[in-house]
Amino acid sequence: MVPIDLSGKKALVMGVTNESSLGWAIAQKLHQAGATLAFSYQGERLREKIEKLTTGMHGVRLYEVDVTNEEAIKAMMADLKEAWGGLDCLVHSIAFAPRPAMEGRYIETTREDWTLALQVSAYSLLAVVREAEALLNEGASVVTLSYYAAEKVVPKYNVMGIAKSALEATVRYLAYDLGPKNVRVNAVSAGAIRTVASMSIPGFRKMTAKYNAIAPLKRMITHEEVGNLGLYLLSPLSSGTTGQTVYVDAGYSIMGMDFSEE
Amino acid sequence: MDILESVKEVIVEKLGVEAEKITPEARFIEDLGADSLDTVELIMGLEDKFGLEISDEEAEKIRTVQDAISFIQSKQ
Repeated sequence: MVPIDLSGKKALVMGVTNESSLGWAIAQKLHQAGATLAFSYQGERLREKIEKLTTGMHGVRLYEVDVTNEEAIKAMMADLKEAWGGLDCLVHSIAFAPRPAMEGRYIETTREDWTLALQVSAYSLLAVVREAEALLNEGASVVTLSYYAAEKVVPKYNVMGIAKSALEATVRYLAYDLGPKNVRVNAVSAGAIRTVASMSIPGFRKMTAKYNAIAPLKRMITHEEVGNLGLYLLSPLSSGTTGQTVYVDAGYSIMGMDFSEE
Repeated sequence: MDILESVKEVIVEKLGVEAEKITPEARFIEDLGADSLDTVELIMGLEDKFGLEISDEEAEKIRTVQDAISFIQSKQ
């Protein structure tokens, strides 16, 4: 048996909104592996929800952080430095695009909506990792959440697809910058899965039906499967892997043609 | 438990509002303070509670507590 033992390790998970969040799926696995956790969320209203979710997790720290606010990120990292001294795992599970930008044609996207989507969904990884750099211990690992629309066109995903492309490229460049310190950066590209964020995408339910038909495994993936991949990438088991986008999508992304209706 | 009570339970859990405020006429956004993520959570909560699927088009039309109750009744 190969155990994943993260006891004594410190993990920051950013962007959990509720129990269906992929960040939460990874957080649960980190917890099971023995890591001590901190969470950041946006908006004071979420605090009660996160408190409820994390009841029973020992030594949890909570931070209200808007990732477009550099000072808020800095303040969180300063507090973590004081409390923990260092950081071993960082999970970035944050994205946003204004609804109108995901309804029409990509060509109609306004400068404001485009900039906001890229800032919150891609620049935020850079901002967070930069402020965390001094805290990241030797052997630390960073994981962010991406989606196939970074690579191929997914109708309606629009500007979020461009944001995910920028995010995956950011993963590669950060991996290059941090590699000499033996800090790794990777992206988990999860197939269509039911979360508050994905359910906000117009036509999401149609996407789930496609997975059942087209993906080699003929099914959707589960939250636990995303959590397991996240845990693997955050653990020393993946110590030779950095700068990668790793798929957990029931194989959907390997398909180039669909004959499932025949 | 009747549908109203079950719907109330979901709303209290997802929106964090007091049960007394939840009348059939109450609008989720204007009266109960739901934002865009809350409304998605609410729809997901109703799907889970009643074991049904609510399409985007149907979800758009569910604006009040009574809308939710009527929709669920129509599916049962």
